[in-house]
Amino acid sequence: MATPCDTHVAAVPKTFLQQLIDVLCAKGYRVVGPALRDGAVMWDTIRQVSDLPIGWRDEQEPGRYRLENTGSDQIFGVVHGPQSVKPLAFAPREPLLVIERTKGSFSALPTLPKSEKVAVLGARACDLAGLAIQDHIFLKDAYRDPYYQTRRDGLFLIAVNCTRALATCFCASMDTGPRASAAFDLALTELEEVFLVEAGSAAGQAMMSALSLAPASTARVREAEQQIEACARSQVRRLDRSPLPQALYDAHEHPRWDDVAARCLACGNCTMVCPTCFCHVVEEVPDLTQTRSEHTRLWDSCFTQEHGYIHGKNIRPTIKDRYRMWLTHKLASWIDQFGTSGCVGCGRCITWCPVGIDLTEELPALLKPSSQAKEKPGQA
Amino acid sequence: MSQPKDHGKPGRPKMAVFKFASCDGCQLSILNLEDDLLALGQALDIAYFPEASSDMREGPYDIALVEGSITTPEDARRILSVRKQAPLLITIGACATAGGIQALRNWGDVEAFKRVVYPSPQYIQSLSTSTPISEHVRVDFELWGCPIDKEQLLRVITDLLAGVQPRLPTHSVCIECKRRGNVCVMVAKGIPCLGPVTRTGCGAICPSMGRDCYGCFGPAEGAHEGPGLPPNTASLAKEFHQGLQLIPIEVLRRFRGINGSVRPFREESQAWEQKDRAG
Ligand code: SF4
Ligand code: SF4
Ligand code: SF4
Ligand code: SF4
Repeated sequence: MATPCDTHVAAVPKTFLQQLIDVLCAKGYRVVGPALRDGAVMWDTIRQVSDLPIGWRDEQEPGRYRLENTGSDQIFGVVHGPQSVKPLAFAPREPLLVIERTKGSFSALPTLPKSEKVAVLGARACDLAGLAIQDHIFLKDAYRDPYYQTRRDGLFLIAVNCTRALATCFCASMDTGPRASAAFDLALTELEEVFLVEAGSAAGQAMMSALSLAPASTARVREAEQQIEACARSQVRRLDRSPLPQALYDAHEHPRWDDVAARCLACGNCTMVCPTCFCHVVEEVPDLTQTRSEHTRLWDSCFTQEHGYIHGKNIRPTIKDRYRMWLTHKLASWIDQFGTSGCVGCGRCITWCPVGIDLTEELPALLKPSSQAKEKPGQA
Repeated sequence: MSQPKDHGKPGRPKMAVFKFASCDGCQLSILNLEDDLLALGQALDIAYFPEASSDMREGPYDIALVEGSITTPEDARRILSVRKQAPLLITIGACATAGGIQALRNWGDVEAFKRVVYPSPQYIQSLSTSTPISEHVRVDFELWGCPIDKEQLLRVITDLLAGVQPRLPTHSVCIECKRRGNVCVMVAKGIPCLGPVTRTGCGAICPSMGRDCYGCFGPAEGAHEGPGLPPNTASLAKEFHQGLQLIPIEVLRRFRGINGSVRPFREESQAWEQKDRAG
């Protein structure tokens, strides 16, 4: 993990960014960064600094996302869009295998993605924390997912430390940000006139050496520190993890689940945008002639009927069951399963929920003794 | 494809395509299968498909595809005979599966419409309702959509030919919308999108073009009576009204569209009709 220290942190003028993009391109990387599209930012190929959303910022609140142009020359003013780094490693749709019938037999054609060098410019601390969790899931020990691995190995991660929090952010209370701490290659902090640059890996260090960057003054480093700390302090949402996981298990019969189920659409948006959700379904897509079949993995969600289906029975028939599954997995059973929280505090599920359901509001309500919870007649 | 296959030989399952009250769009989706249409013609004996060919052979058939809803007394009788001619009956599209856009008549006065439209309305034999095929005969499988998705149609036929029970996902359009990497029009633009309560299958076409889903694949999951959860239309409708500032009649119209007479959408539109009347 990179900690700021004068000797390792460089200060560079803003024009450095184009230089960085050019060097990465010359090294065979496709640079991917946030680009304006349909009222948000989405990952796209970046060739020029002007492809980035300069002067724009995002405002996010439950169920609402808006961009505004402030006219400033800030390059990374937009904190994030609906996509975390997740789709760049765990593809939403991935053919795992193609089976072809041959005379009296069949052949299985592998479909490993072409390895591609992708430099991600502008990953946030929460994105990297999410990626670290997904790495743990897909690349653990002997059970490595070769599709994920191929994409993941090609990534060069350039983080941007956050100096402005959204109303939906709560990474500070999850210890995942606003400073990038999970694995990255380079991290940038955008100040008024300069970028501070630090390396987080050997590859990042090599890049910094190749560019021979001037070290930052102590004053600059302190300025960046203060802005990141101010960003943490400004966060209006938080999540108290201290009673977890047990308190949420104990809340299994809490009446608040009925209230949230009355609002929840079981649409699955929260799981799709979540940087850590890994559920997938594997679909067999045969062709009409029965000579070829594609075995495809698709993002799935615990909000679908099919997800709760075991032989002969749906174990999560109601929205209440499904929301409870989601929140309990994210905040409680994930800890037992993987040793961390399944939530990194990015706030995406709050913003991109069409009805603005907010887990930082649901959790405290669920942990209140149910006698204090709103009594509703006729509830089981 | 170089393989000799048994599909081209006699003994291929015989398929018929029947039309009831509809726009023919779903039948056109079959004709639009392009290369796959040839494969379909090899895998199946397309014995009766008046939209495509004047070579119309009599039943019985193995598979009947039915487009359109029941809107006349004659069609109400004809569907009974279609059912008798095929052990497998599959409805194709919103009209056959849900009553279609013409089911808007279910809230209107059909006699008054006739008087306005036709100089001699006494010659028009029409029912006062448009109803899905399943209200008349047993249906073995339903394909939703206005029009149907050709991949779904191929998928179901492929499964049937392989002797596998066809199964299609019933979850929301949103999941496919996110897989495709769209920006949500509801959250980012405040456009009232029916995607969260609508069944997947179209490939999230409308949100991919920057507009709202208008529910042409019908309610997600528990669309009809039976297993599965009816979608939470009440919560979405409330969000349209309180969050996106739609007035009750606008909320009503969102739900009373192509699949407006399917129970979850029908009941939601009726709830907002009451709010609209209450002013
Ligand atoms: S919260 Fe749901 S979708 Fe996400 S990983 Fe857990 S079970 Fe899967
Ligand atoms: S649960 Fe919500 S806030 Fe937490 S990481 Fe997932 S999307 Fe972000
Ligand atoms: S919490 Fe929100 S985003 Fe998640 S399934 Fe429910 S309505 Fe959809
Ligand atoms: S645009 Fe519509 S279908 Fe897509 S995620 Fe938003 S609400 Fe769902």
